[in-house]
Amino acid sequence: MLHLFCPYCQELREENEFHYRGQAHIVRPKDPESLSDKEWGDYLFFRNNSKGIHHEMWYHVSGCRRFFNVTRNTVTYEIYETYKIGETPAVTDKEETE
Amino acid sequence: MSRYSVFSLFRHALSHHENWQKVWRNPTPKDVYDVVIVGGGGHGLATAYYLAKEHGITNVAVVEKGYLGGGNTARNTTILRSNYLWDEAAHLFEHSMKLWEGLSQDLNYNVMYSPRGVLNLGHNLQDMRDIERRVNANRLNGIDGEVLNAKQVQEICPLLDCSERARYPVLGASWQARGGVARHDAVAWGFARAADSLGVDLLQQTEVVGIRRHEGAVCGVETNRGFIAAKKVACVTAGSSSLLAKMVGMELPIESHPLQACVSEPIKPILDTVVMSNAVHGYMSQSDKGDLVIGAGIDSYTGYGQRGSFPVIEHTLAAICEMFPDVRRVRMNRAWGGIVDTTPDASPIISKTHIPGLYFNCGWGTGGFKATPGSGNVFAHTVAKDEPHPLAKPFSIDRFHSGHLIDEHGAAGVAH
Ligand SMILES: Cc1cc2nc3c(=O)[nH]c(=O)nc-3n(C[C@H](O)[C@H](O)[C@H](O)COP(=O)(O)OP(=O)(O)OC[C@H]3O[C@@H](n4cnc5c(N)ncnc54)[C@H](O)[C@@H]3O)c2cc1C
Ligand SMILES: [Zn+2]
Repeated sequence: MLHLFCPYCQELREENEFHYRGQAHIVRPKDPESLSDKEWGDYLFFRNNSKGIHHEMWYHVSGCRRFFNVTRNTVTYEIYETYKIGETPAVTDKEETE
Repeated sequence: MSRYSVFSLFRHALSHHENWQKVWRNPTPKDVYDVVIVGGGGHGLATAYYLAKEHGITNVAVVEKGYLGGGNTARNTTILRSNYLWDEAAHLFEHSMKLWEGLSQDLNYNVMYSPRGVLNLGHNLQDMRDIERRVNANRLNGIDGEVLNAKQVQEICPLLDCSERARYPVLGASWQARGGVARHDAVAWGFARAADSLGVDLLQQTEVVGIRRHEGAVCGVETNRGFIAAKKVACVTAGSSSLLAKMVGMELPIESHPLQACVSEPIKPILDTVVMSNAVHGYMSQSDKGDLVIGAGIDSYTGYGQRGSFPVIEHTLAAICEMFPDVRRVRMNRAWGGIVDTTPDASPIISKTHIPGLYFNCGWGTGGFKATPGSGNVFAHTVAKDEPHPLAKPFSIDRFHSGHLIDEHGAAGVAH
């Protein structure tokens, strides 16, 4: 059972109150009309699926109903930090340069 | 390899079963192989077997970081069926179903294939409409299927609460009589033994840590036991597939999630079929040993820890207790998780890549055990001929760029 600290509610709550919403920091294409099939496919379907440090979006569905970000270890499930949308994570993987 | 038979059993009884031959060799790696298969789960072993048997390619190694069949193959709930909605998936899974039917004889190993029938329950009108649509699609594809009403379901499965006071009322079900279960370990071991006897080297405790290329094409794998040269490398590593792809700078449309199951203490036979429910997310069968085998859903979040989240298994067990009130007091023996490789369309990837000599077979997610023979069979063809098997063609990785997805979220809905 994960315990997530909602940065809006400022409370540590159980996993059941939240929905996982996938990899964080995926930028919506600015000019969708000009994307190639390759770029569309990459944007829609390809994820980094990291083993280790992972930045991801969560939705506080049974709480404030807001989205926020989490840095989590996908092997140990340790949660390093939670932060608001628009903020940058403090914990990052050395390999993550993009 | 000496064949297993009633006579060999009898002969070995005379020497108190102390002289049975080792089931497979434990070879030291050769310098170079025609094909290195990464991953010694059911799919990797089946690929090796069909490469040797149907394509005469026997200079093959299966490289496994742990022990054979210790990944999802060992962790799954062994349910077999082929009632998928879309033509592409239905043909692929039906190809596998046909292979199950003769597999024990083909491998000379009892895989305990048991066509005991699979019920997919409908609890509301939309479930029933979906069931009708799927069964009709199946029948058009020559796959057996029937739509049953609640009374017929009750006749097939007296244990299930089909009464009007049920928490999750049963309106009907789809029924695939040829579906059922097979013994997971036996499948891995049977393919392993048969492949070994055709000359395939099974290299256990050998982890691939890098994929080496020469002038753009694959030339071998780096392992914890040194470099092994190979003309072709075929990755069949389920939940670890993204990590293999990263070794050559590739990304896959795959996310790895824990998927859980549990078994009860062994009890007397009470359930002789497989019952699954998409809507409440739980399914159950009874093993020949007597354990109730119960499958849950995937954790919503990605993870590589081979255990799942408690709320998920709790949710499933709550549903099972409502569906089968008689088993409420049965104690659970073990619960575990495996890392499943889910794709955006819940269909697998059986594919060449842009790198010559590199192939992937993955994305089977929550439901690839049933496909073990078929997957190995079409993937062996793809690797041997460097051209997709006709049944594998729609499952190429290109579909995530062309848009030709094969959306099986409905038929693959409950995790099995
Ligand atoms: C709880 C659970 C229940 C399931 N129930 C069903 C079911 O009822 N019916 C059904 O059809 N399917 C089911 N599945 C899905 C099914 O188990 C899988 O789709 C199928 O077994 C995958 O087989 P595989 O051979 O591809 O993978 P695996 O058996 O996982 O084999 C992959 C192998 O690759 C090895 N490997 C990984 N990385 C490396 C490396 N770097 N070097 C060397 N080796 C490596 C691993 O050690 C592993 O042995 C279930 C899965 C789970 C977890
Ligand atoms: Zn909140």
